[in-house]
Amino acid sequence: MNFAFTPEQAELKRGARRFLASCCASAQVRAAMESAGGHDDAAWKSACELGWSALVIPETYGGAGLGWVELVAIAEETGRSLACLPLFSTVCLAASALLDAGDDAQRTEHLPRIASGEVQAALAFAEETTVDPVAIATLARDDAEGYVLSGTKRYVVDGATADLLVVTARAPATSGDDGVALFVVDARAPGVVREPVPTLDPTRRLCTVELRGVQVGRGSRMGDARALRRILDRAAVALAAEALGGAERCLEMATDYAKTRVQFDRPIGSFQAIKHRLADMLVSVETARSAVTWAACVAASDDVDELPTAAAVAKSYATEAFFRCAAECVQIHGGIGFTWEHDAHLYLKRARASLSLLGSPARDRERIAHMVEAV
Amino acid sequence: MDLRFTAEEEAFRVEARQWLATSLSGEFAALLGRGGPGDEHEVFEPRLAWERKMGRDGWTCLSWSREHGGRGASLAEQVIFLEEYVRARAPGRVGHIGEGLIGPTIALFGTDAQKKRFLPPIVRGDEMWCQGYSEPNAGSDLANVQTRAVRDRGDWVITGQKIWTSHAQWSDWCFVLCRTDASAPKHKGLSYLLVPMRQPGIEVRPIRQLTGTSEFNEVFFDGARTPADHVVGEVNGGWAVAMATLAFERGASTLGQQLSFENELREVLDAARENGSLRDPAMRQRLAQAWIELKIMRLHALRTLSLAQTGQLAREAMISKLYWSTWHRALGELAMDVLGADGAVARGAHERLQRLFLFSRADTIYAGSSEIQRNLIGERALGLPR
Repeated sequence: MNFAFTPEQAELKRGARRFLASCCASAQVRAAMESAGGHDDAAWKSACELGWSALVIPETYGGAGLGWVELVAIAEETGRSLACLPLFSTVCLAASALLDAGDDAQRTEHLPRIASGEVQAALAFAEETTVDPVAIATLARDDAEGYVLSGTKRYVVDGATADLLVVTARAPATSGDDGVALFVVDARAPGVVREPVPTLDPTRRLCTVELRGVQVGRGSRMGDARALRRILDRAAVALAAEALGGAERCLEMATDYAKTRVQFDRPIGSFQAIKHRLADMLVSVETARSAVTWAACVAASDDVDELPTAAAVAKSYATEAFFRCAAECVQIHGGIGFTWEHDAHLYLKRARASLSLLGSPARDRERIAHMVEAV
Repeated sequence: MDLRFTAEEEAFRVEARQWLATSLSGEFAALLGRGGPGDEHEVFEPRLAWERKMGRDGWTCLSWSREHGGRGASLAEQVIFLEEYVRARAPGRVGHIGEGLIGPTIALFGTDAQKKRFLPPIVRGDEMWCQGYSEPNAGSDLANVQTRAVRDRGDWVITGQKIWTSHAQWSDWCFVLCRTDASAPKHKGLSYLLVPMRQPGIEVRPIRQLTGTSEFNEVFFDGARTPADHVVGEVNGGWAVAMATLAFERGASTLGQQLSFENELREVLDAARENGSLRDPAMRQRLAQAWIELKIMRLHALRTLSLAQTGQLAREAMISKLYWSTWHRALGELAMDVLGADGAVARGAHERLQRLFLFSRADTIYAGSSEIQRNLIGERALGLPR
């Protein structure tokens, strides 16, 4: 049993931090979040050259053939820097969906172009206010050509800039898990209407995708509700890692400030009222790290039985830890933490958005309660 | 990163499980589930016999090196044994202070003669230990210890009072933090002495706690003696040794205790299932959160231990005491909320959960209160100014 990174994994993570420090520092993040597409396109091009878009894609499909431990290590770093990159949407959600649910033809068609960075992709899984597969209302009607998709997908991460969409829908007259599948859709196909929505978190763009009778081929259908749950659970592990990175950065900012800000002739970090808050933040960060490390190993393994538990534990715990740390970071900075110029608010907003991106922590706890009840 | 157990480790699990199943029968069957937190003062003699049985069969001090009489067990083997021990509902150990605190301290700081004298009886379960740290005026401010030790011919002569000493009434030995140089600054005049408990100069008085029971004692030293060479580390250099022992106490040695929390959470869940509160949405959230945090506690302990093997023990370990004590105290509160009005009836069917509620109030006080833990974390792990 070993919780430590291999030397290669550790170097990958260090390299990611160096890369992000050079091209996704605060000024660059702020420029990207105010740009039209919301991404730092030049930084993403460089990231693709480093192999980030290819990370978990097998070598047969032009990828790097690494696993979720490596992807989670990178996600922690992008969460730490708030880098405006389509890593979460393209790799952690869409490529992951193709890997889990796609057949060889579907993988061969799409994965090499994602791996090379040529194609950005998004997974449109949510509708109204829920992410639960049983609530999917978007319809996939059979016709002679294949399927016709109709419905409205919401909160699609990076949906407006994606070239390729993976969309969840169900067969007519089905309910619950029955009839649910994923469909690969060209984002520019006729009938796909994309409406970017203003977001609380300026560093992560969301979009409403309306499907007005979108015609897709027979070969675009893949997976089922169980596959969708696995895909969302793996993404939850990546989201937890991002949250861990963000939480740790908030702790560092607040600690540095507490050491240098002098009031009453003392650094405020010498006051127990501040010191104890920071200590509690470290408890949150380190325990979240233990949860994320475990969940990454589960996501990397074939253990699909443990995956729902690991995802629910890591996501609920790490996103709540992130929110606590981001909120404390604002508080410990005092007035300066309430300004637009300071980065504290960017973390607070990312933390708040992460709490609901893939379902709430309360929903995760209900999943755990359900599992515990059954034992 | 690889969190799986190997085939050899799984074979070790089978061996441990079989030994526990076979051994916890006959005279020891009555000990199942006894002697946990809040129940430590119960059924001592039979548990001592169990400790010796474990020692004879080679199941104490697994993590110790073979040179010190241990098994040189790997981290995974230690974890496996503890998991099986808890699963078998084997009784709370009476030798944990020897195995977990003073043994590792002597192995680290002791002389060869001390290792030879003191370690084997711990392994065999022949000698019980207690910890002489706190005093009426040295709680959080431990360096304010006033108990004095002076040299008299070939002995130390000890005078003073220790408090909150668990197991003192059964112990053969006590490791005592004493002031040996009253003129030195307070951290620099302390020595770490090993003192036999069964002598005329020592009196043990039980403390009646808010639980109504007495796990803890006061220990009065009135001219108690111990040989001059029973000092661990340097004379007047006892503070560093005492801190090392505390690190063992706050650190990974609590894995077994943490695993026993799983049985307690299961009892709370069972009570919630029985009285229907497991169907209450708000209660489900709290129970699930307790489950999640306990899962993370175990993962964190494993991560800490696994990093310790690579020599990077650091801030990960410093937070564990604050985390588990806070969790355990909250579990006691949750248990009472689950019981509802039933929790108000003393000595009823739910006595164990009431005891959990009451006894866990001590968790955030002993071995360094939560406030002291936060100071340490702030100053040592985060580098904040004092």
